[in-house]
Amino acid sequence: MAEQITLEITRYSPERDKTPSVASFDVPLRKEWVVLDALNYIKDKVDGSLSFRWSCRMGVCGSCGMTVNGEPKLTCATFLTDYAPGPVLVEPLRNFPVMRDLIVEITDFLAKLAKVKPWIIRKKEMPVSEGEYLQTPDQLDAYRQFSMCINCLLCYAACPVYGLDPLFAGPAALALAQRYNMDSRDEGKNERMDILSQHDGIWGCTFVGECTQVCPKHVDPAGAIQQYKLTAAQEWVKSLILPWGGK
Amino acid sequence: MIRNTDHMLDISSHDVLLVGGGAAGLRAAIAVAETNPNLSVAVVSKVYPMRSHTVSAEGGAAGVVRPDDSLDEHAYDTISGGDWLPDQDAVEVFVQEAPQELMRLEHWGCPWNRERDGRVAVRPFGGMKKERTWFAADKTGFHLLHTLFQTSLKYNAVTRYDEFYATKLLADDGQIQGVVAIELASGKIQAISAKAVIVCTGGCGRVFPFTTNAAIKTGDGMALAYRAGAPLKDMEFIQYHPTGLPFTGILITEAARAEGGYLLNRDGYRYLQDYNLGKPHPGPVLRSMELGPRDRLSQAFVKEHEKGRTIEGPYGAVVHLDLRHLGEKKINAKLPFVRELCLKYENLDPIKELIPVRPVVHYVMGGIHTDRDGATPLKGLYSAGEAACVSINGANRLGSNSLTECLVFGARAGRVVAEFASVQRAPGRHLLAQAVDEETRLQDQFLHKAGGRERISNIREEMQRTMEQSAGIYRSCESLQKAAEKLRELQDRFQDVSLDDHSHAFNTELIAALELGSMLDVAESIIHSALHREESRGAHQRTDFPARNDQNFLAHSLATRTADGLPGVSYLPVTITRWPPAERVYGK
Repeated sequence: MAEQITLEITRYSPERDKTPSVASFDVPLRKEWVVLDALNYIKDKVDGSLSFRWSCRMGVCGSCGMTVNGEPKLTCATFLTDYAPGPVLVEPLRNFPVMRDLIVEITDFLAKLAKVKPWIIRKKEMPVSEGEYLQTPDQLDAYRQFSMCINCLLCYAACPVYGLDPLFAGPAALALAQRYNMDSRDEGKNERMDILSQHDGIWGCTFVGECTQVCPKHVDPAGAIQQYKLTAAQEWVKSLILPWGGK
Repeated sequence: MIRNTDHMLDISSHDVLLVGGGAAGLRAAIAVAETNPNLSVAVVSKVYPMRSHTVSAEGGAAGVVRPDDSLDEHAYDTISGGDWLPDQDAVEVFVQEAPQELMRLEHWGCPWNRERDGRVAVRPFGGMKKERTWFAADKTGFHLLHTLFQTSLKYNAVTRYDEFYATKLLADDGQIQGVVAIELASGKIQAISAKAVIVCTGGCGRVFPFTTNAAIKTGDGMALAYRAGAPLKDMEFIQYHPTGLPFTGILITEAARAEGGYLLNRDGYRYLQDYNLGKPHPGPVLRSMELGPRDRLSQAFVKEHEKGRTIEGPYGAVVHLDLRHLGEKKINAKLPFVRELCLKYENLDPIKELIPVRPVVHYVMGGIHTDRDGATPLKGLYSAGEAACVSINGANRLGSNSLTECLVFGARAGRVVAEFASVQRAPGRHLLAQAVDEETRLQDQFLHKAGGRERISNIREEMQRTMEQSAGIYRSCESLQKAAEKLRELQDRFQDVSLDDHSHAFNTELIAALELGSMLDVAESIIHSALHREESRGAHQRTDFPARNDQNFLAHSLATRTADGLPGVSYLPVTITRWPPAERVYGK
């Protein structure tokens, strides 16, 4: 008999259960298996009713975030052997309502993302026929890191502020706002500033930095938020001392 | 929204409905919204759109931009790469509109790599004679998808149905007028009507066991169209990408070879020089050696294996991809994702070590039969992207043409459908009856059924094994006939499938069953199309018919569902404009 490892998995069905419970499953411990492989083994061979999201299995679609032994992880990039001899505790991402088993409700993030206007804003759009907006490699580097966000929401699960104050826009949405603010092609910084300097914007962040630590793509949302706070504070000072708020 | 009080089913109405929210679907949605801002657009997707499989594309997107390049050269590379099966009028449209589509993405914020002067950078790619592949490091699909998704958020006319699985096309007197879909969150069945539907659900790589394709690539849209009566075109042409990681099937992008990577056999020898692909040079040479087309490279792997010159690994034979001579700086700048994937999944660093690779199912050249505007033979039904077959890819797609194809033909379909929908009458509410029937079917066949004996995963695994054994890089009449019989057996057994999960909220097992149903239909279309094509062309290599046969098969196969559920295969001549069929020459 091959070596086994035990997974303790949160089960919850809104039709059947008042509260979530934990179920144990033994799966083969194979060195190339990630936690997601073990979940698929259970779904295929043991209990087809286990529900979770997944798709690319290469750490780029952002679907398979869960809490593994207390930490937010992409389960397609988290190896079982790192948790041997087990057990491995698999729970849904924290700070989100649970819809079923390991699946959480993320529409709140989608609404917040749309609110920060994550698209290029220009006063005047150049016709496509006139070619590209020039952007040097250095200008690209200024925002590139923030553009790497895969929307996996591990940062929201780790964020103590979001946990307490659901109005907080949250790390990924703020990093993506900054991704456009820092893009040399964009002229929408002020529009976004007006949205974000309100209560539920950047001032909510206490710079705990958990978001940056758990980010699987090294986006550094905490850094984005600090950059943003600094700019916003400068704008606020300008608005006090310059006519027309310096705009 | 109206409500049928007997069955509590909803019907909501839009002007245009997209099934699928990847690059093609989102580009089409934006094109509709920009063509006629008064139209209401629905995007129905089984995942949140930014999870779509476009996200996994790595290497880049082709479009002529350099002064030393020309549209004719891009067309010629595409047509010869496709072994003269692409329709040349479609290819001409494609290469012509490619640069402006990529430029539009630039204007929308796509972080394309740049030259020092700020212009967009391009890189070489397999089968391309000139450098014309735009790229965003080696995460081009990811950036392209997120740029499109984030840009789509500013169009109020677009309503998203995230995590809705479309089970059936609504049809009224032969005209397609919407879909029946399951809302995953609640399990509720809903009718969503529209004056036209564009299917942009991508490919079907999951019918094979070893694939780069994400779990969601189950050919759902192809099956929807096929069941509604639309033909599937050129389904026998399945692309094996030559460099997948063993076990996971994770893709190592062709850009790794375009930047100068070597393919080595067990003796450290660049074996491609033995397969009519040119002579080895230290640096990359366009349309030569490692930058030959994918079909020829994957076939060379099989031959090299037969000679006993591959390396045995725990997950089958491999060869080595060698990037060590590129150096850390270049790998980090141009191929960071390759390094990340190797470190994570193979526990090796390509700066210092060889990468084990083997051919892996990557793409289907075939798809729903459309014209250059995405129109299918069914009124009101359109398609674009990998789900569709225009055809620009013919018997073998060139790397970096597929992202561009999503943009060019997604945009074209969107514009044409906007015009069409602007003059059509709204569908009637009587369509709701079809949703009621569909709900009954799903309950009878899956949710309320007692006593089924078959497990989804068993049938799926047997199907995948069958496909790999019979419709792999090399095929024969015997293997294909066996597969056709096996798939019939699996179709029968699928009727006896049993679910563990009979609940409604997020019943992912029900979705897995429906996906398996799609895959079985698509698999049959592949096998029967492959069986009928008694020649070898591009990615379709028949050991019993090893030569190309232009006299009989310079034609697209059309697989149409017949009354007994089996595909009937007929042919449609290829459109030739300026490039008469010739031999494919590489390495010269």
